Amino acid sequence: MSAETGHGHNHLISFDPTETEPDHHHATPASNRAVRIGIGGPVGSGKTALVAALARSLAGRVRLAVVTNDIYTTEDADFLRRNAVLDADRVEAVQTGCCPHTAIRDDITANLDAIETLEERFGDLELVLVESGGDNLTAVFSRGLVDRQIFVVDVAGGDKVPRKGGPGVTTADLLVINKTDLAPLVGADLDVMRSDAHRMRGELPVIAQSLVDDPAASDVGAWVLAQVAAVAQPVR
Amino acid sequence: MGSLASLVLADARFPGGGHVHSGGLEEAVARGLLTGLDDLEPFLRGRLRTAGLVSAAFAAASAVRTADARVARAPVSAACATQAAVGGGRADAGAAQASTSAARATRAATWAELDAELDARTPSVAQRDASRAQGRGTLRAVRAAWPSPMIDELVAVHPRPHHPLLVGAVIGLSGGSAAEAAECVGYLAVSGPASAAVRLLGLDPFAVNAALVRLGPDLDDVVATAARAASGPPADLPAPSAPVLDLMAQAHVHHHREQVRLFVS
Repeated sequence: MSAETGHGHNHLISFDPTETEPDHHHATPASNRAVRIGIGGPVGSGKTALVAALARSLAGRVRLAVVTNDIYTTEDADFLRRNAVLDADRVEAVQTGCCPHTAIRDDITANLDAIETLEERFGDLELVLVESGGDNLTAVFSRGLVDRQIFVVDVAGGDKVPRKGGPGVTTADLLVINKTDLAPLVGADLDVMRSDAHRMRGELPVIAQSLVDDPAASDVGAWVLAQVAAVAQPVR
Repeated sequence: MGSLASLVLADARFPGGGHVHSGGLEEAVARGLLTGLDDLEPFLRGRLRTAGLVSAAFAAASAVRTADARVARAPVSAACATQAAVGGGRADAGAAQASTSAARATRAATWAELDAELDARTPSVAQRDASRAQGRGTLRAVRAAWPSPMIDELVAVHPRPHHPLLVGAVIGLSGGSAAEAAECVGYLAVSGPASAAVRLLGLDPFAVNAALVRLGPDLDDVVATAARAASGPPADLPAPSAPVLDLMAQAHVHHHREQVRLFVS
């Protein structure tokens, strides 16, 4: 399944609160730092499994590290280390004081500290994946923290999730509909999810995937590599 | 205006990383020492009168130093300009420059002394780390909102400045008084843990807010004590201790390695 893009028009400015066009005002990255990609989404949608798959499949191609914000702080970090996906010192866990969305949006200090710690530890990092703690549909990353963001929902969470919208679904640079292998088991209609997602997101891409069918998360991995190249050498 | 700086720095929405610190409250909750509103108020009062007073006094001392330097700076440069205009000799300009660099050296020594004195009043390594972590976090926002060579001088002493010193420096630079700096930092010493209590115990936020407001007279005392001591030698600043808070801060870090802790401190 490849990245599917909808169709939309670019406007210079819009005061329409229902506007679903992408945010064109991406943060300009400093040339001497790693590209930062945030991965958010509801609890149990498969964020950590996606990070693990990306770490495995991209490890030989890009120098990467991971920051996790799980509500149980070290849970995800331990998972990544235990599965020997990444060396232990390439994973930093952030404590968010019971507010995972605050730590990625309103006050990004703890996450910036973690990223800078990793950048100081490894001078040559190209990519830092920042995994948010599981949160609700309104949680998005600050553009001051990440260059691009992925929002992960899953078919088991109900096929009406994309239709509900919220800034995660409507504005994330990539929407991943995860666990497609479960669709027949939970009675989710994948076609409805896809078309709702495109309707809500305009031209922004959607990838439907199953880590059971494709443990390497190939499509998302290709998108991530393209973003690393685009952000590192922005076309102006 | 000092009052705006003080309001912004005390705002729970200020992006300085403060929301991930509970000031020992999470450890107290995890140990069953603090279970509800009845325990919260004495906890906050004790914290305000110990750790809060130390922080407030150092913020006040810091504000006095930056406010003084801010006042001293203006006449010196005005005098230089006047002398240059009337053809004052090179020697005069040189002397003025020397006195400026001497003033800078004095300020550097003062920052180093305040930093060391605050370290000495914070026996728990975890609490020193928490103070410096919040200082480093606050520094990002300070550089964006209140850039100043005097902030650079403070950071030159330690790249992770103690939170009260940095907050006090900003308030002094913005024209605020020692008392304003003490009030801001004293309030932060209890508002953070109060918010953590709401999040961890699901307490009624109106009741917690009322408990905070009942600390008003205690905060006034802390501010008065801090402001009185602010201009004196750093070694004479108040040094009350709270061994239980120190021990809980250490235990918090220790337990995080085995159990779950949602806050950094």
